[in-house]
This record gives sequence, structure tokens and C-alpha cells, in this order.
Amino acid sequence: MRIFDPHIHMSSRTTDDYAAMHAAGVRALVEPAFWLGQPRTNVGSFTDYFDALVGWEPFRASQFGIAHHCTIALNPKEANDPRCVPVLELLPRYLEKDGVVAVGEIGYDSMTEQEDKAFAAQLALAIAHDLPALVHTPHRDKAAGTERSIAVVRESGIAPERVVLDHLNELTVAMAKESGCWLGFSIYPDTKMDEDRMVAILREYGTERVLVNSAADWGRSDPLKTRRTGDAMLAAGFTEDDVDLVLWRNPVEFYGRSGRLSLEGLSPEAEFAGNSILRGARK
Amino acid sequence: MNAWLEKALSDVAADATVLHTVFPAVGRRVGRAVDDAARVRLLAAAPGAAAEMPGLYRHGDAAEKRAVLHGLSVVDTGDAGIELVADALRTNDTRLVAAAMGEYAATHLDAPAYRHGVLKCVFMGIPLAEVAGLDRRTDEELLRMLRDFAAERTAAGREVPADLRTLLNEQDG
Repeated sequence: MRIFDPHIHMSSRTTDDYAAMHAAGVRALVEPAFWLGQPRTNVGSFTDYFDALVGWEPFRASQFGIAHHCTIALNPKEANDPRCVPVLELLPRYLEKDGVVAVGEIGYDSMTEQEDKAFAAQLALAIAHDLPALVHTPHRDKAAGTERSIAVVRESGIAPERVVLDHLNELTVAMAKESGCWLGFSIYPDTKMDEDRMVAILREYGTERVLVNSAADWGRSDPLKTRRTGDAMLAAGFTEDDVDLVLWRNPVEFYGRSGRLSLEGLSPEAEFAGNSILRGARK
Repeated sequence: MNAWLEKALSDVAADATVLHTVFPAVGRRVGRAVDDAARVRLLAAAPGAAAEMPGLYRHGDAAEKRAVLHGLSVVDTGDAGIELVADALRTNDTRLVAAAMGEYAATHLDAPAYRHGVLKCVFMGIPLAEVAGLDRRTDEELLRMLRDFAAERTAAGREVPADLRTLLNEQDG
């Protein structure tokens, strides 16, 4: 089973996770820029984070035979802090990087006026930089927030097939599918969505335009949930081709729209025998 | 030649600040396998590239930073490249560290910085063949550091890199 995790925050994960992901079949992933748990208080904190997403983290991933790409944005939560908002002016520089395959995560957290502004401004940036957009739907008041997100996407003029609405559930999948956007599902140990509910949704709504991710981060989460979902699909009677469509070809098609996805040569980038991550572990 | 690169080369020749827009796009436009070489060509083609290189490094992703480091050996930046090399040598990215220890480092780093650069390469498993200037910059202190490193590895039951063993044997033999 080859797996592309279209949403996972590897900066928060260990090298053991990378090794386990590779063993489970993960060969490519996208790491969206998001908040860090601890609120940021200045723009420099963002740029160091973005630099890691186009620098250190892809190197780390390459050591485990996994292709790393990222999305860049001011996240909805921190769009509410006036100390963070000026980072919007620095985004164009990052949105030109080879490893950046979408603008994201953008969208709503508490549906404030500041979030409205940042959301619309960043959809405009996606259009200007010819990039897809990754839209985070809010955890609280999700149905209303998803509806409003769809309206903002429509108003922006970006083509819906270049947008993924993420963290969907039973209550929001129908309106999202109707919108023409891609459908993102985050499979969590006990909250957003689990693999059996995911299988039921795939049965009802089909496998087209569906992205399944682990969204693993610094919270309680599991970077192998993509694999678990593939296993659950097979157990429920889906074919291996169905699994390959959902876990590989769909994310490749969606993020491939950036024109920047690089999946050739998935062996470690550095040819050297030893390196800084496997430091000292090998004899 | 790649048509995009051809145009970029003539554009940067006319105006070095065009580097800001073409530099990040080289991987997807020319190919990830040849991006270092293409970026170095762009630097070499731009009169005034030296003034742009610190900014290109600071704002670059890992591949852009690596190309600027390679470019230091092609474009005359005087001493301005030393802090870029120092920054790269503080990272843990083997590709950046290897790129930092090119001809420019061999010419411009002072003895302590050069020695630690070499030692870091050995420590990270970067082949010594990637390090410039060893023939003329290897001194007694560097040899002591390398012998100590080899002794530490041996004491831990770990392998001493073959190229380091060869170098030490030549010096001691």
C-alpha cells in the first residue's frame, strides 16, 4: 500500500514516527503551516517556522525515504492577533518556493472579522501564485463555519477544484461535495473522525475527490491513521485500487495542481553513509 | 538548453535583482536533479550577484541556500560570504554543510573555523572528497582533532570512515 498523507505536522513528530510511517507505506506527505500550541507573539517566529518547512523538515523526511512538501499561510487562530497579521506581507516570498504546494491552512477558527480578512486575502494569494488552497473548517460550530467557508471560496473566484475543505464530518460532507471542492478528512484517535466512520462516508459519497489524512501534530494523534483507514477500507470490501485512489492518486492529483510536486527519487536525498539524524545510532 | 533557463540567464545578466524571482523557481522549471548547477549559472551570469547573495541565502529554502554556498566559489563576494558559510556550518543538514566547505571556505575561513568545518564533515559522514583545500590547509591541530575523533569512534566500537583512515595513514606513514 503506497500512502500520501496530505496533512500531517511532522515538525511535532519524532524520527520513530518517520520510520513507522515509511514501514506502513507512507512515501510522501504535505505539512501545512499551522499554529504551534503555544501562541506566537511576533512575525519572526513565523518566518523561522516557514524556513524549517522549506529547509530542515524536508531534509529530515528525506532521510527516511519520504518526500516532504508543505503549505504556507497565516493560520485562522493567529489571524486574530495583531502582532502576527503582518506576516501576510511576507507570504509571497514563501509561496514561490519549489516545496510549497498550496496556501494553507486558511479558513475559520472562531469566525471573526479578522479571520474573514485573512481568509479572503490568502485566497487571493493562492490565485496570484497559481496555487491550490487548503481550507481548515472550524472545530466549533463546524456546520455553519463550513457553509460560510464555501461562500468565501465562491466569492474569491478561485476554482473549487483547486480547494480542499478539510476536517469534514458526517454533517458537512454533503455541502462540501456539492460545492465542487475536494473533501478532506482527518482521522483521529478519538475526535474528528475515525476509520470506520470514514469507510461509511466513502460508501455513501464515493472515493472521488476524497483526501484522507492523519493530521497528526503535537496533540493526541496517530501518524499511521492513513494506513489504518486503508486497512479498514479493504476489510469493508473496497478494492486495492480504491485504496490507492484515496491514499495516493487523489492527493497526487490535488497537490499536483501546483505544478511543484516532486515524487521522483524517493530514496534519501543525501548520499552519505552517515548523517545528522541517524547520528551515532548505527555501527 | 532549457528555454526558461535561457531567458532567466539573459534577464539576470541585464538586472541582478531578477534573481529574487527566478531563484526560487529553478527546481520546478529546470529540474530538481540539476537545480544546483542551474542556480550557480544564474549567479555567474548576473553582474552584481555578489550584492544579492546574502539576501538570496537568508530568504532561500535549503536548495537555494546550497546554491548560494556553491556560488561563493564562482562569484567574488570578498569576505561577505564568510557569515553565510558560518551559518551553514551551524546547521545539521549534510547537504548544506558539504556545500559550505567548498573552495571559498578553503580560501576564506580562519584556521579554527576551517578545522571545525572539516571535523563536522567527518562527524556527519560527509566524504572528505567533498571538502576543498585539505591538501594545503591540513595542519597539526586538525590532525590531532581527527586522530582524537578516530580514537573516540574506535573506543565506542564504531567504524572510522575509510577516507579518514586513509588520510591519517598518509600523514602518519
